[in-house]
Amino acid sequence: MLWYIGRRLLQMIPVFLGSTLIVYLIAFYTSGDPILTLAGDKPISPAVADRLREQYNLDKPVLVQWLIYLGNVLTFDLGVGFNNRPIWDQIAAAFPTTFRLAVIAVIVETIFGVIAGVISGLRKGKLIDTTLLMLSLLLIATPTFVLGFLAQFVFGLQLGIAPINVGRDPSWQNLLLPGFVLGGVSFAYVLRLTRTSIAETAGADHVRTATAKGLSRGGVVSKHILRNSLIPVVTFIGADLGALMGGAIVTERVFNVPGIGTLLFSSINSGESPMIVSLVTLLVIIFLLSNLVVDLLYGVLDPRIRYAK
Amino acid sequence: MTTTSVNPTPSTSPAGSAQPLLEIKDLEITFTTSSGPVKGVRSANLEVFPGETVAIVGESGSGKSTTAMAIAHLLAKNGSITGGQILFEGRDITHVSEKEIRVLRGDQVGLVPQDPMSNLNPMWKVGSQIRETLAANGVATGAEARKRTVQLLEEAGLSDAERRAEQYPHEFSGGMKQRALIAMGLAARPKLLVADEPTSALDVTVQQQILDHLDHLTGELGVAVLLITHDLGLAAERAQHLVVMYKGQVVESGPALELLQDPQHPYTKRLISAAPSLSSRRLVSAAQRAEVREQAQEQAQGHETALEAAADRTVEASHDPDAVIEVQNLTKSFPIRGKVPWRSTPFLAVDDVSFSLRRGTTTAIVGESGSGKSTVAQMVLKLLEPTSGRVLFEGQDVAGLGRRQLKALRRRVQPIFQNPYGTLDPMYSIYRTIEEPMRLHGIGDARSREAKVRDLLDKVALPAAMMRRYPNELSGGQRQRVAIARALSLDPEVVICDEAVSALDVLVQAQVLELLNDLQAELGLSYLFITHDLAVVRQIADSTLVMEKGKVVEQGTTDEVFHSPQQDYTRRLLAAIPGGSIPLAGSETIDVEAPVGLTDETGGEGDGGPDDIVDPFAQAGRV
Amino acid sequence: MRSDAQNARRPRAEHWVAPLAETPLQEVDAADTSTAPRSLWAEAGHSLIRNPVFVISALLILFVLFVAAFPQVFTGQDPRFGELGRANQAPGAEHPFGTSRQGYDIMARTFWGARTSVIIGFFAMIGSTLIGGTIGALAGYLGGWFDEVVSRITDIFFAVPLILGAIVVATRLGEMNLWTVILVLSVFGWTNIARIMRGAVISTKGQDYVTSSIALGASSPSVLLKHVIPNAIAPVIVTATVNLGVFIVAEATLSFLGVGLPTSAVSWGGDISDARDALRTQPSMLFYPSVALAVTVLSFIMLGDAVRDALDPKARKR
Repeated sequence: MLWYIGRRLLQMIPVFLGSTLIVYLIAFYTSGDPILTLAGDKPISPAVADRLREQYNLDKPVLVQWLIYLGNVLTFDLGVGFNNRPIWDQIAAAFPTTFRLAVIAVIVETIFGVIAGVISGLRKGKLIDTTLLMLSLLLIATPTFVLGFLAQFVFGLQLGIAPINVGRDPSWQNLLLPGFVLGGVSFAYVLRLTRTSIAETAGADHVRTATAKGLSRGGVVSKHILRNSLIPVVTFIGADLGALMGGAIVTERVFNVPGIGTLLFSSINSGESPMIVSLVTLLVIIFLLSNLVVDLLYGVLDPRIRYAK
Repeated sequence: MTTTSVNPTPSTSPAGSAQPLLEIKDLEITFTTSSGPVKGVRSANLEVFPGETVAIVGESGSGKSTTAMAIAHLLAKNGSITGGQILFEGRDITHVSEKEIRVLRGDQVGLVPQDPMSNLNPMWKVGSQIRETLAANGVATGAEARKRTVQLLEEAGLSDAERRAEQYPHEFSGGMKQRALIAMGLAARPKLLVADEPTSALDVTVQQQILDHLDHLTGELGVAVLLITHDLGLAAERAQHLVVMYKGQVVESGPALELLQDPQHPYTKRLISAAPSLSSRRLVSAAQRAEVREQAQEQAQGHETALEAAADRTVEASHDPDAVIEVQNLTKSFPIRGKVPWRSTPFLAVDDVSFSLRRGTTTAIVGESGSGKSTVAQMVLKLLEPTSGRVLFEGQDVAGLGRRQLKALRRRVQPIFQNPYGTLDPMYSIYRTIEEPMRLHGIGDARSREAKVRDLLDKVALPAAMMRRYPNELSGGQRQRVAIARALSLDPEVVICDEAVSALDVLVQAQVLELLNDLQAELGLSYLFITHDLAVVRQIADSTLVMEKGKVVEQGTTDEVFHSPQQDYTRRLLAAIPGGSIPLAGSETIDVEAPVGLTDETGGEGDGGPDDIVDPFAQAGRV
Repeated sequence: MRSDAQNARRPRAEHWVAPLAETPLQEVDAADTSTAPRSLWAEAGHSLIRNPVFVISALLILFVLFVAAFPQVFTGQDPRFGELGRANQAPGAEHPFGTSRQGYDIMARTFWGARTSVIIGFFAMIGSTLIGGTIGALAGYLGGWFDEVVSRITDIFFAVPLILGAIVVATRLGEMNLWTVILVLSVFGWTNIARIMRGAVISTKGQDYVTSSIALGASSPSVLLKHVIPNAIAPVIVTATVNLGVFIVAEATLSFLGVGLPTSAVSWGGDISDARDALRTQPSMLFYPSVALAVTVLSFIMLGDAVRDALDPKARKR
């Protein structure tokens, strides 16, 4: 298992460097003079331009800039935004909200997704399975923002049980509805993954052997089908937590949640590149970390890797 | 078929009573498939008495496994019993509820399944899976169960049982897993043990050990065994009563010896004559082989003179003029990753192997898994580069050949592989598959190629209409014949058969072997025949090499190796041939005394060699 | 053998033979020439047609394609013509779906929007499949250090999620047009195809028919193109079909966030974004483009599912 862990960690390094480099390059080098774009439509004097250039290290070679930037990221020194508040502070303020949202989404997708997937997988081909499958297709096909509007319409306007505008109070309660919406698509994926996994395992040889031993159906399902088929699902969910943080941007916009997504959106509108780059880099890092944790988790859960001789 | 009067009380009958433990009457089993209902078992009848061993013998599709699985209601989801009865201790259990059958499973009827690789749950320790059986059948729980588990594993022949019980299945070798499955099957002391091809996935020496052990155990415990097998020899050796099934029906049944020496039904007769280990053709085939060999050699000489003119080759001085392929000191070593990435240990898959294949003859390389025989074949085919040693083709070293020369060489040596279901490209029609080699080498035009394809199909006894079909429409034997046709399309001189018939049913195997034999005589081919099956070797090979762990252990003509084996290992292999010692009218038996002091099987992926060597095959497929 | 003690347990060790009439012998391994030949693709096509999911999705897709090609059939209005004077109207006779905040006729925008989505989805799918397919096939086939390097590159691109990557590019470029959107989607969306292709190639290249081909003297590239890829392509086709739907959603999401096509272009995502604040007042503005979007995407994903069921060897009986 040490070999497995070591290998994964080693593989993570180039990926981490590469992805941050790509984001950085695209952000600062796709077109024109970054300083001018930073300034937007406002005309600036060469002196100010030079000062900005220095502030953002743009007078140094690309790779050096990137490395400096990386160093800054790792020490949380991200500079100041257009509104002169430190970028890191802004992010830190918005982060917990988005995190809460993602957690709710993960809980939703795990509990409902796994239960629905198990039912579906065990009753493959029957009516309940077909219904759940159609539901999952609908959820995948419907864009999150449409789902969001639908939820707002039904639960917010018609039923009036949840606020459609989270605004200033991102409490757990208020974040419930957006959380459900965010978890919607993931729920569909978890359902399908669980379903396939369970259906495949249910036909496996060792399940028949377990039945032949005289185990009750419940015993066979819980000890031989579930345990084996849930590993891929667990790893998917783990990775999803990282992905959801980035995917929250749409949900936050729909429900006006003051999280990272909204921050990202407003920076897009104002063309505030440093903020955008910082946010995207941060989200990429979180994504990579959650993937890494999941890979390691897999190594622990599967005895073939844990006890590899 | 006469029936005994059925005693309806379900209590245990004392040993030696007249009531059968299990009765199957006119059983009919139907499967629902996408192309409609299919009858897996048409009408099966058999009886098993307490304490005896009954074997059901048949090829694939005979319904033997289906019948056995139906007893404890273990059929696949799309199968159901649509007729007939199953009586256990006089009680009709054909259509009882799930709850009731569960009572029977484990402590009345036990199962030892076929494939040790897939029948143990990889996520749980082996010991806990056995404890599960004990708990489910109310035998023991807790500390008592742990003790019992270790005892059961020891009983099944697993050494170091206490440590092994705390290990996971992937740490066991194939034979050890099978022993664990046997322990599991017998854990709750059932009255009837259904053993579904329990050793067909294992090496023949391991197979013998395990079956001996199983015989001993079930004899001691008084357990009746219903043994499912495709191997008539094995069935005759292990069971007293045989039941032969063909296409879902029982065609003949009776005491084992009587059945073998006086078969009545034509199918049984066919099986017996085709079964390599029991073949009464053994003596005859030796003489026949001599005739075939002469014919082949004459053909081959003609070949050689024709080629000599066109060739431009440098011939090695040490070259034996009669040998078409010569292998000298061939060695292949693989680096195995150790616990730390920069430390790797060499694993000698092939160690200093030398032999020569004479023109027009068949040389067999025999060995169990891990012996290196397939690796040798790959090096002869130049699919793998040797670490050291040489392969000479007609005196010319095949190493260092340029691309064009290599391509020309490939025309003369062709392979046939083991798995008929992977050997043909599913996207290519049969015609395209056989035509491809000719197209690759630019031989002839479209018309002449088509004519050749027809001719080849005819040679392998397939109708020309098969040309337009696709592999998914063909059976295993038919696919293998197409593979032979493809191999012959370039008129090679040497054909390397790498376990080419091992995956085929007995009758089909006999057919294909005959075909290969005939083709050899007709075309002057030389065969290098790789196999693990000694009995097959006897039918087809002129000279034999026995390999063990990469080294050649014994070499000589087939007769020599079979009649006067010099090495212990060879003797052990011969003694392990199932049914080899059963006398048949007019044929000889393979009577070999197994050497004493058989080592108990060590094993497990981590046990071979120094601690930091990792079995290469355990790494396969892992990212 | 324990025959003696054993046979004592059986009352009558009798030898029974079935009558030949009931158990006739057939030829060993006879070839069946009765039915017409059928390749795997033909078999797959056969089972596909019988699948109701396929039929429904195929019909829907045909409908969507028709709308994309000939939106004039469904609406006479010009989707780019927006007059503030007629903004915010509820569905009525002149504007059956109502009008938007800028005064566009929603029905026109809905039907004309199909073309944008279909074009973007289709070309992004082609682009990403070409990039991902090539990379995955080479990585899987060549193996070794090449595979390691390429897999890391794949991981790198995989780590930058589609939307985020698109956001960064869009911000830099300022204005996006049809082709830059397609480009962005292709560049950030090829990784799942690459992984699937790589996996399929690796499992295919180990098959005996590939080895046979090499033993016949076929060159490595010819084996890759003629044997490996045709057999590895099935799961890739399934993924590509589903990706088409995913890209359409992605484009809509980008427009919704304001980093997709400009508002002058006719895009469902853009329309939905526009109508955001009209949820309370005029939900029809949101409703029609949303339904159109959902139905289109659903049909492609359903198609992908149906195709997978037809091609999956595990679902097929040998």
